[in-house]
Amino acid sequence: MVLVKRLVLDVLKPHHPSVLEFGRLLAEQGEHLVRLTVLEMDDRTETLQVVIEGPDIDFDRVQAAITEFGASLHSIDEVEVESQPEPTV
Amino acid sequence: MRPFARLHLGLYLSLSRGIIRRYFVVNGFDGALTMLGLLTGFHIGGKVTLDVVIGACLGAAVALAISGLTSAYLSESAERRRSLSELEAAMVTDLSGTAHSNAVWVLPPLIALVNGIAPLLISLIIITPLWLAHAGMALPLAPLPTSIATALLCIFGLGVFLGRVGGTSWLWSGIKTLLVASVTMLIILLL
Repeated sequence: MVLVKRLVLDVLKPHHPSVLEFGRLLAEQGEHLVRLTVLEMDDRTETLQVVIEGPDIDFDRVQAAITEFGASLHSIDEVEVESQPEPTV
Repeated sequence: MRPFARLHLGLYLSLSRGIIRRYFVVNGFDGALTMLGLLTGFHIGGKVTLDVVIGACLGAAVALAISGLTSAYLSESAERRRSLSELEAAMVTDLSGTAHSNAVWVLPPLIALVNGIAPLLISLIIITPLWLAHAGMALPLAPLPTSIATALLCIFGLGVFLGRVGGTSWLWSGIKTLLVASVTMLIILLL
Protein backbone atom coordinates (compact mmCIF):
# COMPACT_ATOMS: atom_id res chain seq x y z
CA MET A 1 0.00 0.00 0.00
CA VAL A 2 1.41 3.35 -1.05
CA LEU A 3 0.38 6.43 0.92
CA VAL A 4 0.85 10.03 -0.23
CA LYS A 5 2.37 11.95 2.68
CA ARG A 6 3.33 15.31 1.21
CA LEU A 7 2.47 17.38 -1.85
CA VAL A 8 3.82 20.69 -3.07
CA LEU A 9 1.49 22.30 -5.60
CA ASP A 10 1.58 25.44 -7.71
CA VAL A 11 -1.90 26.97 -7.70
CA LEU A 12 -3.42 30.08 -9.32
CA LYS A 13 -6.48 31.40 -7.50
CA PRO A 14 -8.75 34.47 -7.50
CA HIS A 15 -8.45 36.82 -4.51
CA HIS A 16 -11.65 35.36 -3.06
CA PRO A 17 -11.70 33.16 -1.08
CA SER A 18 -8.74 34.65 0.80
CA VAL A 19 -5.55 32.68 1.41
CA LEU A 20 -6.68 31.98 4.96
CA GLU A 21 -10.10 30.73 3.86
CA PHE A 22 -8.60 28.74 1.00
CA GLY A 23 -6.15 27.04 3.36
CA ARG A 24 -8.97 26.19 5.74
CA LEU A 25 -11.05 24.74 2.91
CA LEU A 26 -8.15 22.57 1.74
CA ALA A 27 -7.43 21.38 5.29
CA GLU A 28 -11.08 20.30 5.56
CA GLN A 29 -10.52 17.77 2.76
CA GLY A 30 -8.73 15.33 5.12
CA GLU A 31 -6.37 15.20 8.07
CA HIS A 32 -4.07 17.73 6.47
CA LEU A 33 -1.50 20.22 7.56
CA VAL A 34 -1.70 22.94 4.88
CA ARG A 35 0.92 25.62 4.38
CA LEU A 36 0.31 28.37 1.81
CA THR A 37 2.83 30.85 0.48
CA VAL A 38 1.82 33.68 -1.83
CA LEU A 39 4.44 33.79 -4.58
CA GLU A 40 2.90 36.38 -6.87
CA MET A 41 -0.11 38.67 -6.91
CA ASP A 42 -1.84 40.80 -9.53
CA ASP A 43 -5.10 42.76 -9.46
CA ARG A 44 -7.38 39.71 -9.84
CA THR A 45 -5.35 36.58 -9.06
CA GLU A 46 -2.57 35.24 -6.87
CA THR A 47 -0.12 32.40 -7.35
CA LEU A 48 0.36 30.17 -4.33
CA GLN A 49 2.73 27.45 -3.30
CA VAL A 50 0.54 24.94 -1.46
CA VAL A 51 2.22 22.39 0.81
CA ILE A 52 -0.07 19.66 2.08
CA GLU A 53 1.07 17.10 4.63
CA GLY A 54 -1.01 14.26 6.01
CA PRO A 55 -1.08 10.57 6.86
CA ASP A 56 -2.85 9.64 3.60
CA ILE A 57 -3.58 12.50 1.20
CA ASP A 58 -6.43 11.90 -1.26
CA PHE A 59 -5.09 13.86 -4.22
CA ASP A 60 -8.31 13.60 -6.26
CA ARG A 61 -10.26 15.18 -3.41
CA VAL A 62 -7.72 17.96 -3.01
CA GLN A 63 -7.75 18.64 -6.75
CA ALA A 64 -11.58 18.69 -6.85
CA ALA A 65 -11.62 21.18 -3.94
CA ILE A 66 -9.08 23.43 -5.64
CA THR A 67 -11.21 23.48 -8.79
CA GLU A 68 -14.47 23.99 -6.93
CA PHE A 69 -13.16 27.12 -5.23
CA GLY A 70 -12.33 28.61 -8.61
CA ALA A 71 -8.58 27.98 -8.43
CA SER A 72 -6.44 26.24 -11.01
CA LEU A 73 -3.74 23.62 -10.35
CA HIS A 74 -0.72 24.52 -12.49
CA SER A 75 1.76 21.87 -11.46
CA ILE A 76 2.69 19.26 -8.87
CA ASP A 77 6.19 20.31 -7.85
CA GLU A 78 6.99 17.78 -5.12
CA VAL A 79 5.56 14.48 -3.96
CA GLU A 80 6.42 12.32 -0.98
CA VAL A 81 4.97 8.85 -0.87
CA GLU A 82 5.52 6.02 1.55
CA SER A 83 5.13 2.33 0.98
CA GLN A 84 3.65 0.36 3.85
CA PRO A 85 3.04 -3.35 4.18
CA GLU A 86 -0.54 -4.48 3.50
CA PRO A 87 -2.45 -5.04 6.76
CA THR A 88 -2.80 -8.73 7.58
CA VAL A 89 -6.03 -10.32 8.79
CA MET B 1 -19.46 20.50 0.64
CA ARG B 2 -22.67 21.05 2.59
CA PRO B 3 -25.29 23.16 0.71
CA PHE B 4 -25.26 25.87 3.36
CA ALA B 5 -21.48 26.00 3.30
CA ARG B 6 -21.65 26.33 -0.47
CA LEU B 7 -24.12 29.20 -0.20
CA HIS B 8 -22.05 30.84 2.51
CA LEU B 9 -18.99 30.58 0.30
CA GLY B 10 -20.98 32.08 -2.55
CA LEU B 11 -21.89 34.99 -0.35
CA TYR B 12 -18.34 35.32 0.81
CA LEU B 13 -16.92 35.14 -2.69
CA SER B 14 -18.88 38.01 -4.02
CA LEU B 15 -18.83 40.05 -0.83
CA SER B 16 -22.58 40.16 -1.12
CA ARG B 17 -23.51 40.56 2.49
CA GLY B 18 -22.69 44.26 2.22
CA ILE B 19 -24.63 44.53 -1.02
CA ILE B 20 -27.66 42.74 0.43
CA ARG B 21 -27.59 45.03 3.48
CA ARG B 22 -27.31 48.07 1.23
CA TYR B 23 -30.22 46.97 -0.94
CA PHE B 24 -32.35 46.29 2.13
CA VAL B 25 -31.76 49.77 3.53
CA VAL B 26 -32.01 51.63 0.21
CA ASN B 27 -35.25 50.02 -0.91
CA GLY B 28 -36.65 49.86 2.61
CA PHE B 29 -36.07 53.60 2.84
CA ASP B 30 -37.81 54.00 -0.54
CA GLY B 31 -40.80 52.09 0.78
CA ALA B 32 -40.99 54.04 4.03
CA LEU B 33 -40.68 57.44 2.32
CA THR B 34 -43.24 56.52 -0.33
CA MET B 35 -45.72 55.50 2.35
CA LEU B 36 -44.95 58.66 4.33
CA GLY B 37 -45.58 60.75 1.22
CA LEU B 38 -48.85 59.00 0.43
CA LEU B 39 -50.10 59.19 4.01
CA THR B 40 -49.14 62.85 4.36
CA GLY B 41 -50.91 63.61 1.09
CA PHE B 42 -54.07 61.82 2.22
CA HIS B 43 -53.89 63.56 5.62
CA ILE B 44 -53.71 66.99 4.00
CA GLY B 45 -56.35 66.16 1.41
CA GLY B 46 -58.78 64.78 3.96
CA LYS B 47 -62.19 63.31 3.21
CA VAL B 48 -60.92 59.92 2.12
CA THR B 49 -62.08 56.59 3.47
CA LEU B 50 -59.68 54.09 5.02
CA ASP B 51 -60.45 51.71 2.12
CA VAL B 52 -59.06 54.20 -0.36
CA VAL B 53 -55.93 54.92 1.73
CA ILE B 54 -55.23 51.21 2.33
CA GLY B 55 -55.80 50.40 -1.35
CA ALA B 56 -53.48 53.16 -2.56
CA CYS B 57 -50.73 52.31 -0.04
CA LEU B 58 -50.98 48.59 -0.76
CA GLY B 59 -50.84 49.23 -4.51
CA ALA B 60 -47.74 51.39 -4.11
CA ALA B 61 -46.13 48.77 -1.82
CA VAL B 62 -46.72 45.97 -4.33
CA ALA B 63 -45.39 48.11 -7.18
CA LEU B 64 -42.26 48.93 -5.17
CA ALA B 65 -41.77 45.23 -4.40
CA ILE B 66 -42.08 44.17 -8.05
CA SER B 67 -39.85 47.02 -9.16
CA GLY B 68 -37.25 46.07 -6.52
CA LEU B 69 -37.36 42.39 -7.48
CA THR B 70 -36.97 42.86 -11.21
CA SER B 71 -34.53 45.76 -11.25
CA ALA B 72 -32.15 44.12 -8.75
CA TYR B 73 -32.35 40.75 -10.51
CA LEU B 74 -31.59 42.18 -13.94
CA SER B 75 -28.78 44.47 -12.83
CA GLU B 76 -27.15 41.95 -10.46
CA SER B 77 -27.27 39.15 -13.05
CA ALA B 78 -25.60 41.34 -15.64
CA GLU B 79 -22.97 42.62 -13.19
CA ARG B 80 -22.10 39.14 -11.94
CA ARG B 81 -21.88 37.64 -15.43
CA ARG B 82 -19.49 40.43 -16.41
CA SER B 83 -17.45 39.94 -13.26
CA LEU B 84 -17.22 36.18 -13.90
CA SER B 85 -16.09 36.75 -17.50
CA GLU B 86 -13.37 39.12 -16.31
CA LEU B 87 -12.22 36.59 -13.71
CA GLU B 88 -12.19 33.79 -16.30
CA ALA B 89 -10.07 35.95 -18.55
CA ALA B 90 -7.63 36.66 -15.70
CA MET B 91 -7.48 32.96 -14.69
CA VAL B 92 -7.33 31.82 -18.34
CA THR B 93 -9.76 29.05 -17.44
CA ASP B 94 -13.43 28.13 -17.58
CA LEU B 95 -14.92 28.57 -14.11
CA SER B 96 -18.14 26.59 -14.83
CA GLY B 97 -19.18 24.46 -11.86
CA THR B 98 -17.04 26.42 -9.40
CA ALA B 99 -18.24 28.43 -6.41
CA HIS B 100 -17.68 31.56 -8.50
CA SER B 101 -20.04 30.46 -11.25
CA ASN B 102 -22.58 29.21 -8.66
CA ALA B 103 -22.60 32.72 -7.22
CA VAL B 104 -23.73 34.05 -10.61
CA TRP B 105 -27.05 32.20 -10.43
CA VAL B 106 -27.52 31.89 -6.65
CA LEU B 107 -26.96 35.49 -5.63
CA PRO B 108 -29.05 37.62 -8.03
CA PRO B 109 -32.37 35.98 -6.98
CA LEU B 110 -31.37 36.27 -3.33
CA ILE B 111 -30.45 39.93 -3.67
CA ALA B 112 -33.59 40.57 -5.75
CA LEU B 113 -35.72 38.95 -3.06
CA VAL B 114 -34.25 41.17 -0.34
CA ASN B 115 -34.63 44.23 -2.57
CA GLY B 116 -38.27 43.38 -3.25
CA ILE B 117 -39.26 42.29 0.24
CA ALA B 118 -37.71 45.27 2.06
CA PRO B 119 -40.13 47.98 0.80
CA LEU B 120 -43.11 45.60 0.96
CA LEU B 121 -42.37 44.59 4.55
CA ILE B 122 -41.78 48.14 5.75
CA SER B 123 -44.87 49.40 3.91
CA LEU B 124 -47.00 46.67 5.48
CA ILE B 125 -45.72 47.62 8.95
CA ILE B 126 -46.54 51.27 8.26
CA ILE B 127 -50.10 50.61 7.11
CA THR B 128 -50.84 48.13 9.90
CA PRO B 129 -52.53 50.85 12.05
CA LEU B 130 -54.87 51.56 9.12
CA TRP B 131 -55.84 47.89 8.96
CA LEU B 132 -56.33 47.73 12.70
CA ALA B 133 -58.57 50.82 12.61
CA HIS B 134 -60.45 49.36 9.66
CA ALA B 135 -60.98 46.16 11.65
CA GLY B 136 -62.56 48.24 14.41
CA MET B 137 -59.65 48.39 16.87
CA ALA B 138 -59.39 51.59 18.88
CA LEU B 139 -56.09 53.46 18.39
CA PRO B 140 -54.64 56.16 20.68
CA LEU B 141 -54.51 58.59 17.72
CA ALA B 142 -56.49 58.82 14.49
CA PRO B 143 -55.44 56.12 11.95
CA LEU B 144 -53.55 58.41 9.55
CA PRO B 145 -51.40 60.18 12.18
CA THR B 146 -50.70 56.78 13.78
CA SER B 147 -49.49 55.40 10.45
CA ILE B 148 -47.42 58.53 9.83
CA ALA B 149 -45.84 58.11 13.27
CA THR B 150 -45.13 54.43 12.43
CA ALA B 151 -43.49 55.52 9.18
CA LEU B 152 -41.28 58.00 11.05
CA LEU B 153 -40.39 55.27 13.55
CA CYS B 154 -39.42 52.88 10.71
CA ILE B 155 -37.30 55.59 9.06
CA PHE B 156 -35.60 56.30 12.39
CA GLY B 157 -35.03 52.54 12.79
CA LEU B 158 -33.37 52.31 9.37
CA GLY B 159 -31.11 55.21 10.36
CA VAL B 160 -30.20 53.46 13.61
CA PHE B 161 -29.42 50.28 11.65
CA LEU B 162 -27.16 52.27 9.29
CA GLY B 163 -25.42 53.90 12.23
CA ARG B 164 -24.69 50.53 13.81
CA VAL B 165 -23.42 49.10 10.50
CA GLY B 166 -21.15 52.08 9.94
CA GLY B 167 -19.94 52.10 13.55
CA THR B 168 -21.06 55.70 14.01
CA SER B 169 -23.53 57.18 16.49
CA TRP B 170 -26.83 55.31 16.05
CA LEU B 171 -28.75 58.24 17.51
CA TRP B 172 -27.25 60.81 15.13
CA SER B 173 -27.76 58.46 12.21
CA GLY B 174 -31.42 57.97 13.19
CA ILE B 175 -31.90 61.72 13.55
CA LYS B 176 -30.38 62.31 10.10
CA THR B 177 -32.89 59.95 8.44
CA LEU B 178 -35.68 61.58 10.43
CA LEU B 179 -34.55 64.97 9.10
CA VAL B 180 -34.81 63.63 5.54
CA ALA B 181 -38.34 62.43 6.33
CA SER B 182 -39.23 65.81 7.87
CA VAL B 183 -37.98 67.69 4.81
CA THR B 184 -40.05 65.35 2.60
CA MET B 185 -43.16 66.05 4.67
CA LEU B 186 -42.46 69.78 4.62
CA ILE B 187 -42.18 69.82 0.82
CA ILE B 188 -45.47 67.92 0.53
CA LEU B 189 -47.15 70.32 2.96
CA LEU B 190 -45.94 73.32 0.94
CA LEU B 191 -47.27 71.96 -2.35
